[in-house]
Amino acid sequence: MLEISNLKVKIDKKKILLGVDLSIASGEVVAVMGPNGSGKSSMAYSLMGHPKYEVVEGEMKLDGKVLNEMSPDERANAGLYLANQYPMAIEGLGSSRFLWQLYKKRHPDKRSSIIEFKKWLALQAESLGLKKELLSRGLNQDFSGGEKKKMEILQMMVFSPKYVILDEIDSGLDVDALEKIAKTVAKVAKEMKVGVLVITHYNRILKYLKADKVVVFENGVVTKRGDAKLAEEVENKGYSKKEDE
Amino acid sequence: MSKFVSKKVEEASEVKKTLGEYKYGFAMPENNVYKAEKGLNEKVVEKISEIKDESEWMREFRKKSLEIFYKKEMPKWGADLSEINFDEIYYYVKPSNGQEKSWDDVPKEIKETYDRLGIPEAEKEHLGGIKAQYESEVVYGSLMERFKKQGIVFMGMDEALKEYPEMVKEHFGKLIPPSDNKFAALNSAVWSGGSFIYVPKGVKVDLPLQAYFRINSPKMGQFERTLIIVDEGAYVHYVEGCTAPIYSVDSLHSAVVEIYVKKGGRCRYTTIQNWSNNVYNLVTKRARVEEEGIMEWIDGNLGSKITMKYPAVVLAGRKAHGEVLSIAVAGKGQHQDAGGKCIHMAPETTSRIISKSISMRGGRSSYRGLINILPGAKNSRSKVVCDALILDKESRSDTYPVNKIGEKESILEHEATVSKIGEEQLFYLMSRGFSEEEAEAMIVNGFMEEIVKELPMEYSVELNRLIALQMEGSVG
Repeated sequence: MLEISNLKVKIDKKKILLGVDLSIASGEVVAVMGPNGSGKSSMAYSLMGHPKYEVVEGEMKLDGKVLNEMSPDERANAGLYLANQYPMAIEGLGSSRFLWQLYKKRHPDKRSSIIEFKKWLALQAESLGLKKELLSRGLNQDFSGGEKKKMEILQMMVFSPKYVILDEIDSGLDVDALEKIAKTVAKVAKEMKVGVLVITHYNRILKYLKADKVVVFENGVVTKRGDAKLAEEVENKGYSKKEDE
Repeated sequence: MSKFVSKKVEEASEVKKTLGEYKYGFAMPENNVYKAEKGLNEKVVEKISEIKDESEWMREFRKKSLEIFYKKEMPKWGADLSEINFDEIYYYVKPSNGQEKSWDDVPKEIKETYDRLGIPEAEKEHLGGIKAQYESEVVYGSLMERFKKQGIVFMGMDEALKEYPEMVKEHFGKLIPPSDNKFAALNSAVWSGGSFIYVPKGVKVDLPLQAYFRINSPKMGQFERTLIIVDEGAYVHYVEGCTAPIYSVDSLHSAVVEIYVKKGGRCRYTTIQNWSNNVYNLVTKRARVEEEGIMEWIDGNLGSKITMKYPAVVLAGRKAHGEVLSIAVAGKGQHQDAGGKCIHMAPETTSRIISKSISMRGGRSSYRGLINILPGAKNSRSKVVCDALILDKESRSDTYPVNKIGEKESILEHEATVSKIGEEQLFYLMSRGFSEEEAEAMIVNGFMEEIVKELPMEYSVELNRLIALQMEGSVG
């Protein structure tokens, strides 16, 4: 269980999260929707331990372990994975070499050779529609927006997390790519019992990645909780019910 | 203190500190055959000639060079050399009775040094020949039998002066005369050791030849002299490495390297300089390239207190090509003042300088470069890229490029970037489970990849390892 209780966060002096409660069980898909600036991404960064986000109050726990005082790598090694909205490019750090290092880091007990690993990697890349030649470039170096998102998912597969946060993975993706990515995550969630937190503006990703729960953020707090129907409602009517008035 | 640090990491940092120490800092007891008195004077210079039993022209050359050294002023540009005390240096130390062909014949302490540096092992695995210089003299030398049969000459400079007197006299001090600069004059006066290589027409040496320079005693001055002649259509890759023990007093390394690449020949010269942080490294390197020849300097500067080194290529023949690929890592107490020079004298000549520098823990790196396209060098092209990476607020990086374009029909491109390791990049890699140090090393290695990939595998692994060592404990 990934649990967030009464989470209050600020950047500099600005309060961004005003007390959020949320939990994601293994194998569960939770969608978080809400307007820009409502605190969705801030929650993602706070969970991962970005130094800009200062936790003022509340607790974040992963399978009972308190994350609050852990550095980002310790949180990652506890099983948390963040697919970033804006993945960073690391010039010269060869993608496939990086993925191999990631594999060895995450699976020290497995004895796959680099050749076996690369074969497996090529298959996964193909199923995501990620061009092979990108793997010989620097990590995310000269990748398009969509290619970066696919690389986030490819990394996720190498990483084998317990819990995944997808921070607007659907922004800047065409329909085909979106379908591939969403189906891949859905499969991983189901087969590997991975808990998934999907941060999105749109319902369309949820066609392929069925949400068990949907929550709506506004101004740093959760304003609505429901099931998949809530996502449709939000998309049709907007976050607030102003349209009805 | 790092922003990412959690409580556990702080405890680990003590362990990292001891790991980060310079691995080659050990010293051996001195069992010299001869050690000149401290300081520099005409007697010391004469004594060197006497011990080496040199021909008259070389004795004269040394004496004239000493006069030039006295007259020349210290360079006023570049790094701060004001603390060098020429009276406190030992200019000539003969550690053994001569160059051996078997490691078993090399004196015990010296052999042990090279064993610990992994040289005999490297020799077996991937080298075509080797010269090991200890203090002032070459103590061990080898060259593969098949290379000898092809007429390749690889010997100590002193040996060559005796065995190939004409060839040496014709080239020695011609590209870099003693009057070039104060340290070239100093080297010309007291030079000892270094390599001489001749590759005959059309012969391609398919394994690198390596020289390994070691300073052992404190206040040592090492002044090797290297001359490489690559004949028409021939190829050689020469690699040099250097280390020294850590002392509280300074040592001086001042080499001169002259290279001639004849028509269609190619020479690649790789340096992995890893002197301890008490060595002044002031080196003059220059190559002259004839028609369609290629000269490549791959220059890695990791160690030393101060380095001033700007390998130069004189493109003398049509379509000659020159490259300088330079990596400089400046840590605590270090100033790496490095770069490259390309002088285009003939039409259709091309050159490329890529410089990558990393400054950390208060270190300073400077890029200093010259592109000179002379009138008549029509349709010549040159490209200069210098990228600097600064790891913390205490460190510094500067660039001093000079471009002289005397020919209208030529093209020069120049790019320069200065970057810092961003918090966002670190966070990104750490969110994948890598520690802050691992993440930083990944970013730094990526930054240098363009040059490291040019090195033979053994050296690229070594270079990455050395940089990782330098970086241990640099976080925070």
